[in-house]
Amino acid sequence: MIPELGHFSLIIALFLATTLGVLSILGAQRNSRALMGVARPLAYGMFVFVALAFGVLAHAFLSNDFSVLYVAQHSNSQLPGQYRFAAIWGGHEGSLLLWALLLSVWAASVATFSRHLPEEMVARVLGVMGLIEAGFLLFMLLTSNPFTRLLPAAADGADLNPLLQDPGLVIHPPMLYMGYVGFSVAYAFAISALLGGKLDATWARWSRPWTTVAWVFMTIGIALGSGWAYYELGWGGWWFWDPVENASFMPWLLGTALIHSLAVTEKRGAFKSWTVLLAIGAFSLSLLGTFLVRSGVLTSVHSFASDPRRGIFILGFLVVVVGASLLLFAWRAPKVGLGGKFDMLSRESLLLSNNVLLSVASASVLIGTLYPLFMDALGYGKLSVGAPYFQAVFVPLMVPMVFMMGLGPLARWKKMAAPDLASRVKWGFAGALVVALLLPFTMGKILSLESHKWSFLIALGLLMSFWIIASLVISLKQRLSGEGDFVQKLRRQSPSYYGMQLAHLGVAVFIIGVTMVKGYETERDVRMNVGDTLAAGGYEFRFNGVSQVTGPNYVSGMGSVTVHKDGRLVTELHPEKRVYNVSGMPLTEASIQPGLFRDLYVSLGEPIPESDGAWAVRIYIKPFVDWIWAGCLMMALGGVLAISDRRYRIHQKAVARAGNGTIVGNLQGQTS
Amino acid sequence: MKPRQKRLVYIVVALAAVGLAVGLVLNALKDNVSLYFTPTQVYNKEAPIDRSFRIGGLVEKGSMKREGDGLTVHFVITDLKKSLPVVYKGILPDLFKEGKGVVAQGKMEADGVMHASEVLAKHDENYMPPEAADALKKAKSVQ
Repeated sequence: MIPELGHFSLIIALFLATTLGVLSILGAQRNSRALMGVARPLAYGMFVFVALAFGVLAHAFLSNDFSVLYVAQHSNSQLPGQYRFAAIWGGHEGSLLLWALLLSVWAASVATFSRHLPEEMVARVLGVMGLIEAGFLLFMLLTSNPFTRLLPAAADGADLNPLLQDPGLVIHPPMLYMGYVGFSVAYAFAISALLGGKLDATWARWSRPWTTVAWVFMTIGIALGSGWAYYELGWGGWWFWDPVENASFMPWLLGTALIHSLAVTEKRGAFKSWTVLLAIGAFSLSLLGTFLVRSGVLTSVHSFASDPRRGIFILGFLVVVVGASLLLFAWRAPKVGLGGKFDMLSRESLLLSNNVLLSVASASVLIGTLYPLFMDALGYGKLSVGAPYFQAVFVPLMVPMVFMMGLGPLARWKKMAAPDLASRVKWGFAGALVVALLLPFTMGKILSLESHKWSFLIALGLLMSFWIIASLVISLKQRLSGEGDFVQKLRRQSPSYYGMQLAHLGVAVFIIGVTMVKGYETERDVRMNVGDTLAAGGYEFRFNGVSQVTGPNYVSGMGSVTVHKDGRLVTELHPEKRVYNVSGMPLTEASIQPGLFRDLYVSLGEPIPESDGAWAVRIYIKPFVDWIWAGCLMMALGGVLAISDRRYRIHQKAVARAGNGTIVGNLQGQTS
Repeated sequence: MKPRQKRLVYIVVALAAVGLAVGLVLNALKDNVSLYFTPTQVYNKEAPIDRSFRIGGLVEKGSMKREGDGLTVHFVITDLKKSLPVVYKGILPDLFKEGKGVVAQGKMEADGVMHASEVLAKHDENYMPPEAADALKKAKSVQ
């Protein structure tokens, strides 16, 4: 009975979502208070019923109810409890339910934290979100019902894919989905602004924190996925330009452009149409990502074998959402106006250039991802676009972007004289350049790395990150110069200023990580007999053989590798080769000793037949690799700091007093 | 500058940027697309000689041999009609197994053997790489 309860809740939620969509948008158009008043209760109701459905599915998983087909396919009675819970989103149907749940969480949060917004705005935003939710619930009920029964019930489940049995995977999908779905809020705000025809600085201020929160979740989600790939796939890579990674990276790039463009719209009233377009684009790419991942048109670790009806439904949904929003945009955008004027060289123009670069980068990733699909569809045969394509396109686009990213915060709004800007940054740039050119000569020796060649790409990478750091210092110095107490002045800077600087510093840290790993990593695939040693990068790895270990739902061959440096023991690593009982699927579990300046990474290949316990062993030394994720974390924390800014919590009265359409930020003396 | 001239400058700059990006994309696509072939197509000499390409099919049963270094592996990829010998040096993916689907990327050398730079098997026991499935389907339909 209980699973049917879940099914029934989904139907009720679909009804509520549709009603929410229709009534509240209609109410806002007709300016009917009564109709608009239903928006909040319906949003809460939608949340309650989707959450109920989710709870029912969770119960089915935790109580091993193998009469539910989805549970029987993705769980097993041997599976440890936390993975039984995570298995909810281990397959297609459940991850859709998670999508729907998170969307209703966002809708309920908008309903709660929007007391200071005009009633019609709230109604429209919630209405748009209701329509999106309705689309997804319909999709689930028609093609992917997670509560479908399996009769007679299976004796036991088919188990969760072992790759997904990992703590990182427990939190990666919810985080990433929070990001994907969160862009729907920015989208809903943009659509409601188009519907209402009122798109001004206050609109940007309202939608800014929501967009930033979504972006923060997405940043963390992508970083978690990348970290998972690094330690779980056993190849030591952290980004593969896999279509599904691209599917999350494209909306992230546009989302990054969006939060910057929103800043300009709020501060200067400029870029209005562009901001709206970005909001539509970011959410459309989120939907496209869902389509690519869930339709089975792409092959990757994430795609579940699925039936073509699903792909067609999502594609249709995508066409409706994108088409309708672009039509609305074409129809209403001229009313919105272009907004404030600015000079060729100004903070606006620098931000705009970076916006364009980010969008172009996103488009180039899109082309690389979809190209094989189109060629196949047109009958030109199957082909694949590899990582070199993405690197060849992406890096040249990011170099000017990073350069302007350093200039942006130093330039003045509206107008900036080039000589003035140049004189502010010349020493910083020169310093970064000299250090970046010279450091690669000596760095190899300092860090006792295996290779210490000078290479252009390493110097370029270092230049980019040192340039960001230099510009950050210059900006801080500017703000803190002059009379007065130093600590007082430090305190007076707004959290959003520190947030921006922290996020930009995160980019610098990220670039250092990427540069050092690409430039100096050591990779060895070797055959090792018991007792063999291998010297690599100043370390000595000794292979002590492999022994049998039994886990909760797998049997494992656990290797022992001791690592010495200058005769002293550094660590003992235990890479594993597991075979999972139910699926019989083998899995390589790498063993990593992380460090600030390098990771030691060992994974087992396969046993060598006809030998005395010898194995093929993979040994990596990855300098600075953890900086990659540290950088992402700093970007996310920067976002959190930015939304903690007090000015987002002003009340409706204050907004009303300032007058809709004027630039409230400037009245409060904020310039970040 | 007058507003009109300014707008012109913007447009020229934007066009130049888009042109540059398109150039980058096309150039990168030209060099980094790897075409995919079936063993039958390779047998019919449809695959390029001097370029890296992908091949999909099944690992022929009993074809896998390891050299003494423990890392160099010889195996045969088949679509059950024609087959192609492959040599690869390195650690094979977890799900690489005789009789299972596989995709290899590499170049044909003068010895008639594909020297693979990359070998892919899929992440799921029940899942066949679509390229491998496609090869089997094509070979079957020729019968």
